Amino acid sequence: MHYLVGDLGHLFVITSFITAFVTALAYFKAVTVSTLDKKALWLQNGKVSFYIHAVAVLGISVTLFVIISNHYFEYHYAYNYSDRKLPVYYLISTFWNGQEGSFLLWMFWHALLGVIIIHTNKFWEAPVMTIFALVQAFLASMILGVVIPGLNVKIGSSPFILLRDAMRDAPIFAAQPEFVPKDGNGLNPLLQNYWMVIHPPTLFLGFASTLVPFSFCIAGLWLKKYRDWVRPALPWALFSGAVLGLGILMGGYWAYETLNFGGYWNWDPVENAVYVPWLILIASIHTMITYKNSETALKASIVLVIAVFVLILYSTFLTRSGVLGDASVHSFTDLGLSGQLLIYLFFFTIIAVALSIYRWKEIPSTEKEASVYSREFWIFIGALTLSLMGFQVLIPTSIPVWNSIIALFGGSSNLAPPADQIGFYSNFQLWFAVIVGLLSGIGQFFWWKKIDKEQLKKELTAPALIALVLFALIITLGQIYTVPLIVLTFAGVFTLVANIKIFSSIIKSSPGLSGGAVAHIGIGLILIGIMFSAGYSKVVSLNNTGMLISSEFSKEFNRDNLLLFVNEPRTMWGYDIEYLGERLEPRFHGGYIRKSDVTTTADPDVVIVKTAMKVDGTSYAPKDTIEVRGENTFYEIQLRRGQKKYTLFPRAQINPEMGGLLVSPDIYRTVSADLYTHVSSVMKPSEEGEWSKLEELKVKLDQEFFANDYVATLQSVDRIFEVEGVVLTNEDVAVKATVRVKGEQGEYIAEPLFIIKDKMVGRIPDEIKDLGLRITLMNIHPETSEFTIGLNTRQKDWVVIKALEKPYINLLWFGTLVLMAGFGIAMTRRIREFRKMKAKGLE
Amino acid sequence: MKKSHILILVVIAAAIGIIVSTAGDASTYVTFDEAHAMWTSGNKKEIHVVGELKKDKEGHIIGIEEGADKVSFSFLMVDDNGREQKVTYNQPMPADFTRSEKVVVIGSYEDDHFTASKILLKCPSKYQDQNVNV
Repeated sequence: MHYLVGDLGHLFVITSFITAFVTALAYFKAVTVSTLDKKALWLQNGKVSFYIHAVAVLGISVTLFVIISNHYFEYHYAYNYSDRKLPVYYLISTFWNGQEGSFLLWMFWHALLGVIIIHTNKFWEAPVMTIFALVQAFLASMILGVVIPGLNVKIGSSPFILLRDAMRDAPIFAAQPEFVPKDGNGLNPLLQNYWMVIHPPTLFLGFASTLVPFSFCIAGLWLKKYRDWVRPALPWALFSGAVLGLGILMGGYWAYETLNFGGYWNWDPVENAVYVPWLILIASIHTMITYKNSETALKASIVLVIAVFVLILYSTFLTRSGVLGDASVHSFTDLGLSGQLLIYLFFFTIIAVALSIYRWKEIPSTEKEASVYSREFWIFIGALTLSLMGFQVLIPTSIPVWNSIIALFGGSSNLAPPADQIGFYSNFQLWFAVIVGLLSGIGQFFWWKKIDKEQLKKELTAPALIALVLFALIITLGQIYTVPLIVLTFAGVFTLVANIKIFSSIIKSSPGLSGGAVAHIGIGLILIGIMFSAGYSKVVSLNNTGMLISSEFSKEFNRDNLLLFVNEPRTMWGYDIEYLGERLEPRFHGGYIRKSDVTTTADPDVVIVKTAMKVDGTSYAPKDTIEVRGENTFYEIQLRRGQKKYTLFPRAQINPEMGGLLVSPDIYRTVSADLYTHVSSVMKPSEEGEWSKLEELKVKLDQEFFANDYVATLQSVDRIFEVEGVVLTNEDVAVKATVRVKGEQGEYIAEPLFIIKDKMVGRIPDEIKDLGLRITLMNIHPETSEFTIGLNTRQKDWVVIKALEKPYINLLWFGTLVLMAGFGIAMTRRIREFRKMKAKGLE
Repeated sequence: MKKSHILILVVIAAAIGIIVSTAGDASTYVTFDEAHAMWTSGNKKEIHVVGELKKDKEGHIIGIEEGADKVSFSFLMVDDNGREQKVTYNQPMPADFTRSEKVVVIGSYEDDHFTASKILLKCPSKYQDQNVNV
């Protein structure tokens, strides 16, 4: 038992909680005291205690990681989320696999951002860090795990809880309090994917960074510096927009590539909970830019910046309190933190709303209305559209919350979220997206303040014409005949063309200002990508044999799936498609190994090499053991057209925790489309079909013979002295025959055994799975130097696949990256601006 | 009327439209009897049914059948009114399915059986899982 490390971790948690409060208090004092020397003193105090806080947060992370990486399974966190087989990078992801760890990850980013702010901002340090420290105190309370004596109220859930305390009633601990499990529960194999390593940190950095603009905004209201908070907040808002957007994209891509949801976005409450704040964040960035250029939309900026952070808190509540229990496919366990999460949400909402109401009249605003021919007017409309777009998602996503509220007042409601979420949300979001697309094209041509009508016409004509031509081309060539999709295509093409024009006109004179144009080019690409991939993805694995795969399957299944026997080519999507057999994935090396080239052992994660081979640069000799991921089977499928060859490895995973067999696709990417292939039915290891009647033949060494129409050779027969699972005495004899068989795809080796034990004959046949062939050494005839070989054959291995064509989906991924690049350019510009003003003494 | 007033009116109208349409498109939580009545009256709208998996006297779950293609399955579910119903699902069993306290199926009747397009689970808190792999 390693108690020290857990106690140390707990000490760090308590330290981080207390220092967060001390920091908040010290910085609060630094803002409110009037004398300068006292102010300096409080500032010093605040800074020191925040540093201690940051070190404590680092300390929590390090101790937790020590527990995980040293496999201290006496701790609940290590036991529940990791095991000994996990490589280092998945041990890192174990860190945020549990809720406590993800709070910790969030705190870690806040601590880091706080340190950066202390170092870059002297004027704003005190008020901004007051808010930061308060937020940190709330987050630290979530992992406190302390019971208040007397009240019997538990605050937070600690990641350092011992397994025996987490599972008090487990009988084993009553008998053996010092019991430590040998291995942990591990990370669900479905999540063993590099996205699990990079996606959560990105998303939480996005979450954490929304705190920065919020803190600046509150600080501005607090100090009555209504105008000045925007400049330092804007680069952070752009950073946040980029990182959160990247996090959302990663989630979508992960879903598309591994989880086999079929698509990249499912409008699940958990996805919506990140999407809505991001939309509002983008709206707030636009109003902040408007304010910087034309002194309008300050109030809107304040409202939106506050809304973003409140929505982040609200999503945290939604996804972690268990309120979504009946509404989301992602199962969230309630750690009993609902009350705490609600207080967290209300605390900051009330402070922010109350403060803005209190200061509302003092916030400067322009009396004159913006002209319809000005950029600020159209940006404002855009921000409104984005806000409504978020609102439309927020209302249905919150249905479980509405039900709870109604129940709170004694009523009852049987309202459930829309059954067909994808259809429901897409219907609305599509039209909002059209407006956003058109606005982001048009808006760019207006000037700040006002533009002359004639001038506008002149500027807009060329891009509108080019867009129309391009649009007509895409509609005709892509054969798009659905009205909403036609409109969406136009919006996408228009904003693309318009912003390319803007981009080309400013790239020479001032490339630093091109962020907006680049970002909007990204939006155009995304819209076109969504249009194609959502509207025109189609099944290509059509069953064209005229035969049912099985009468047990539904009509759709028989129509949309293709049955492939090993080494029997079919045609699909203009390619010859051929199934080559089952493959295994080495745990620590790349490539795939043929199941026929190895023998299995009692441990599903270990196999023994039969024949020398070289896979992905690694050489294996016979009798080597290879550690593999036993739960995963890959199905090698080759596509051929002319000289071109491409191999797909869709996967099936045995995952009892997830209820059996899980499939993941493999994707063949071409410029114009993705071919998205997954297995839809596979052979069970237990039912390999019936073997044919035994066929016997006598052969000599090195003599060629036919086995199931394949050329085979008896290469050698050797005496062996060890047989797995059989105890051999001096009297006993064991002989191994080595038979080489030439298959369509290279050579295979079979090693049947012939054993005489206690004067009785035993035969252990060997099977070549890929060829559906079983070889037995039946008898040995020393007098003629001949051997009797027994052959059985069966139906060849098969797999049923489903393949979908997803046209132009790469435009979506590419567009998102362009959007991120746009954010990056804009952020660089705003940071430069901030530095320049800082050098002048204006922060 | 000023432009800002028109804008406010448009936004309010849009917001009301969104709320109304949400209420209209929202699904409902019903029992199997109600769901069956809806199907017989020709209402094909997908609905939510809440219930539990059927268990025998010893508390073992019974009635789960694996589909022929191995990536689908069916099970017996008892709704809050105690009506038992076979539910088919064209996807593999979701995580923690057999450990769930409550099951929510989203879908509709197809002839005599209920076809779920989505299954949601309410699982007991992880601290209640009192099995340690020794």
